[in-house]
Amino acid sequence: MSTIHALVLTGYGLNCDHETAHALELAGAKATRVHINSLINGEVSLDDFQIMVFIGGFSWADDHGAGVIQAVRMRTHIGEALIRFIEKGNLVLGICNGFQTLVNLGLLPGFDNDYKRRSVALIANDCGNFRDDWTHLWVNPDSPCVFTKNLESIELPIRHGEGKFYAEGPTIARLIADNQMVLHYALPDGNWAQRKFPFNPNNSFVDVAGICDPTGRVFGLMPHPEAFHHPTNHPDWTRTRESLRRSGKTPEEFAPGLHIFKNGVDYLS
Amino acid sequence: MAHRLEITLKPDLFDPEGEGYRRKARDYFGIGLQEVRTVYILTIDADFSHEQLEKIRSEVFTNPVTQVSSYDPLPVEFDWSIWIGYRPGVRDNPGATAVEAAEDVLGIRLARGESIYTSRRYCIRSRSLTEADAQMIAGELMANDIIQQWKIFEKDHWDPKQGVGIIIPKVMLNHTPTVTTVPIDSDETLQRISDERNLALNPNDIPTIRSYFNDEKVRAERGEVGLSDPTDIELEYISQGRSDHCNHNTFQGLFRYREGGDGPEEIIDNLFKTCIQEPTLELKEKKDWVISVLWDNAGAGRFDDDHYYVITGETHNSPSNMEAYGGAITGIVGVYRDPLGTGKGSKLVMGGYGYCVGPRDYSGELKPRLHPRRLLDGVIEGVRDGGNKSGIPTPFGGVIFHPGYLGKCLVYVTALGIMPAQVDGAPAEIKTTSPGELAIMCGGRVGKDGIHGVTASSESFSENTPAGHVQIGDPYTQKKMHDFLLEARDEGLIQFITDNGGGGLSSSMGESARFSNGCEIELEKVPLKYEGLDQWEIWISESQERMTVSIKPEDHDRFMALSAKHAVESTVIGRYTGTGKLQIKYRGKTCAYVDLDLLTAGFPQWEFDAVWRSPADRGLFEPVLKPPKEYNRLLMDLLARPNICSKEWIARQYDHEVQGTSVIKPLVGKGRDVHSDAAVIRPVLTSEKGLGFAQALLPFYSAIDAYHMTACTIDEAVRRLIAVGGDPEHIGGVDNFCWPNIQYHPENNPDGKFKAAQLVRACRALKEMCLSYGIPLLSGKDSMYVDGHLPGAYGETHKVSALETIQFSAVGLIEDVKKCQTLDAKCEGDLVYVLGITRNECGASEYYDRFGEVGLNVPVVDSKAFLPMYKALHRAVIEGLPASIHGIYRGGLGAHLAMVAMGGELGLSIDLSAVPEDGVTREDILLFSESAGRFILTLDPKHQASFEKILKGMPYAQVGRVSADGRLRVKGKNGKTIIDAAVEDLKAAWKAPFAGL
Repeated sequence: MSTIHALVLTGYGLNCDHETAHALELAGAKATRVHINSLINGEVSLDDFQIMVFIGGFSWADDHGAGVIQAVRMRTHIGEALIRFIEKGNLVLGICNGFQTLVNLGLLPGFDNDYKRRSVALIANDCGNFRDDWTHLWVNPDSPCVFTKNLESIELPIRHGEGKFYAEGPTIARLIADNQMVLHYALPDGNWAQRKFPFNPNNSFVDVAGICDPTGRVFGLMPHPEAFHHPTNHPDWTRTRESLRRSGKTPEEFAPGLHIFKNGVDYLS
Repeated sequence: MAHRLEITLKPDLFDPEGEGYRRKARDYFGIGLQEVRTVYILTIDADFSHEQLEKIRSEVFTNPVTQVSSYDPLPVEFDWSIWIGYRPGVRDNPGATAVEAAEDVLGIRLARGESIYTSRRYCIRSRSLTEADAQMIAGELMANDIIQQWKIFEKDHWDPKQGVGIIIPKVMLNHTPTVTTVPIDSDETLQRISDERNLALNPNDIPTIRSYFNDEKVRAERGEVGLSDPTDIELEYISQGRSDHCNHNTFQGLFRYREGGDGPEEIIDNLFKTCIQEPTLELKEKKDWVISVLWDNAGAGRFDDDHYYVITGETHNSPSNMEAYGGAITGIVGVYRDPLGTGKGSKLVMGGYGYCVGPRDYSGELKPRLHPRRLLDGVIEGVRDGGNKSGIPTPFGGVIFHPGYLGKCLVYVTALGIMPAQVDGAPAEIKTTSPGELAIMCGGRVGKDGIHGVTASSESFSENTPAGHVQIGDPYTQKKMHDFLLEARDEGLIQFITDNGGGGLSSSMGESARFSNGCEIELEKVPLKYEGLDQWEIWISESQERMTVSIKPEDHDRFMALSAKHAVESTVIGRYTGTGKLQIKYRGKTCAYVDLDLLTAGFPQWEFDAVWRSPADRGLFEPVLKPPKEYNRLLMDLLARPNICSKEWIARQYDHEVQGTSVIKPLVGKGRDVHSDAAVIRPVLTSEKGLGFAQALLPFYSAIDAYHMTACTIDEAVRRLIAVGGDPEHIGGVDNFCWPNIQYHPENNPDGKFKAAQLVRACRALKEMCLSYGIPLLSGKDSMYVDGHLPGAYGETHKVSALETIQFSAVGLIEDVKKCQTLDAKCEGDLVYVLGITRNECGASEYYDRFGEVGLNVPVVDSKAFLPMYKALHRAVIEGLPASIHGIYRGGLGAHLAMVAMGGELGLSIDLSAVPEDGVTREDILLFSESAGRFILTLDPKHQASFEKILKGMPYAQVGRVSADGRLRVKGKNGKTIIDAAVEDLKAAWKAPFAGL
């Protein structure tokens, strides 16, 4: 099995680079943190990577719309290279600010192989505030998304001020019809949140937390899988440990957030 | 020609920002608004072509999915429109990123003087709104006149072509930089000039300053570089360096302490030396994990063989008191530069906060500049943006409400970082400058901002305090710099690094040049935001997001290349020398030439009279209070009091999980909604070790005795760490003192001697607690003028002094994060234990405060007795025995049994007669006394024998069981049930006060 090389984008206020790289490594990839400008000036080439992760953070402070200026800078300088990267069959993952960047670049939703058109948006949470909370997520079993294969549900933290998914009616209808909606905010019982706060933390349309392109190889999500790379990341871990102890069991070592990364690595392996 | 771009959400989209103002107008002022819509405005003061304008409009500043925009005013409906923009010179962060984006997409650079400014226009629909209401909404909700300007338009007076007009808040000084020589012919002259220039020189320092500049040898040396009498830049340098903020004159002062009017006088020469430095050095000898203390920007402890953690804490009170958002964001972003400037640079891993403000529902006669409600909103948001945008988790903090903080609020911010033990084969905690190295300023540019900030925070707030020292921190610029400097560190390029905080270059160059013993600065090289600053202003400006770095000349090119990669501005502003002189030149001409040791030598020590009067002497006594009958209602009401109730709304706004290190979160339990005892992170992702972090604030007890306030605060911080699994053998502390003025003055500060005595006693408690608990003080700061003069009902002013306040931060090493524990009861049938002794100590408690009483019996910390129990409890944690652990803090056993039950959403059946006590027979005292040294824990019955074996000889008792019925039941001394309440009702009461925020 050859090594899968993952590029973790850094710089300009992005901030989830260390834990994203760590999660990728735990999932079996070789992760490299690369500054946006090192890609732009050619010091680092996308050709050396099979996975590219647009990470979370506050690129350009989220001014003028989260992910907007990052998208402008990437499109202006390496827009074509990004599209070639996708067309070569590689994987692109956008988490939080990365998801916001992907939709502003037009890499998502990527209808009809058009990776330039902006047709969906992530806008300010209805609650009016940045919010950090764990969410229950329902995974669409019919989605082509390679990152969520074999997952039925997952719990992950959201940490954003602009995560409300919005698109016009026809776009939404098409995303549903093509199973490009990958993750939906859910109630603890697994049913969709039906836009009920705080289960749907931002009042996203159709409870959307993540979408993919038609190939399933470009995936963006607001929740942070890299922030669940260790069992103690979960808010209930001391409670789960206690109930397992009573029944003589030991806690799971593999943290579920890693499945997202491992699926990506496995797909390419 | 300037252009104005208006951008707004498409009309069918919900506008959360506008809705926020609509809600606040209703909640805060009772003004009903139908709808508020936000229009974002970019005023582009640049010579752009039509095509360029259209390109940035469509490609950058308008989201085609959600927004509409136009270079003409947008026809958004309103009855009133309020425009709000920054005043000239105020940091406009989104304006700066707009410039970046426009330059990038157009492939150009803006010409000098060209810029983009952001502002907002709120379109309010409300037929009944009056102009006075609109003014109030603008001035007391949306904008602060210190940093912002506004215009109000009524529908009928709106010109749909002109809109708000073109307003360009550009700084134009039209001033030629000038160095002024200051005559020092007499003490009076210098004092007068100090007053005129707001130098805040201490009158006692003036003769020393004069004698230095009148010294013949000094004059001869100065003559050789073309100088005679001191220049303004030199006096500003001395003023900054001698300010209480930088020099800690109060703590280094001489105290004449007496107990009672005729008690014997004790001389305490230097509180810092005797109560902070001595115990810390003593503990450093005993604890090999103490790496670096007492000299750097933050103290360091060993995390593992390859990593050290660093910690420090700061306050940012005066600026926050005037402009809450700006002050708070500047505070948190500022304290984050301290670890970055510790050793050869540390990565930031965690932040904490503590806010002390007036009552949120204050409706009294005094008129603080900002109502506490508004002030707290702004402070919360400032730390939120500063922390979140820095990518640093903020997993712990607290809020205290007390009328004493109406005069000046307190904003505590704490920062933790981590550094590799070695950089480039050398110890990372050690740094120095050497002659020949280059002095580099990195990060932001210099403007008039923050000038005299340091000296202003060394004075009480009055209407004459200059407002110009309020700034708005820029976490984006700093995050880029943080990433850059850590990369430069790892390449071994950094010889020395420190931050530019209070005092700006004056402090950072002054401090760093002491290592090499000299520096020569070329002041004209310092990059400015705009032209026209005087030399002294460049030198002491506190413009944010700057670090001073020393590098070897041969590393210059590599350092600058990395800086460019990270889009950070770095400039060589001079070089270090070994001449013993601080020499500043401007365009080749020397404008300052002083001996570097001037600030450390020869200045007189500050002196204070401190007279302690015991609480009984001051007329305090225990209230005559017969026990209550309705404990259910009493408990509910106590849980709903502002200093106890849920503050979930703050914790959820703060990213507490970024960096992926979260182990124990700020909110825990089944509903993930009860405040944790402490936070735990795993800062090195490949390690299973953790850092526990907790803070405590108990200023209430200062109403009786600041000695016990201090002891209780430290004890609480320690117990918080123990509760989550911290090891009592490895706890580092940070003391942050905030005190009212202690200098006696018969009219202005008649109780100054008492406040000075409180400080002496607090420092003694600090020393005793640290020695007995074995806590080296890794860092600490003081802010000594927490007083305000507030206008009253008739135009008179009232001096309002805060309670003597210490925030104590405790950091602890956790060997294995998987052993950590949370406070929530976890399983039905578990045994409930209380550890520690409850005493008749309701003095200054939440219980007494409910009745407006203070009392006398303040909780007393018996650290010698407590510590063995803490150690035993830690052994039980290591063996994995307790199923939950929670300290008993403010509100006493009653309130904290409720926390354990609410955390688990399980019932508890408790028998008060079993609670370990010392002479307490009354149920209300057992329930609400705030005695220190206590815990509640729950335990699987099968661990009973092993647990009790570990706790043998300690004061503990099993007091009940966890029940499945979801009710908190408490039996009194005679077996009668005195509390029987549904836990969900308790939680509802506890959450209600701030539920809508």
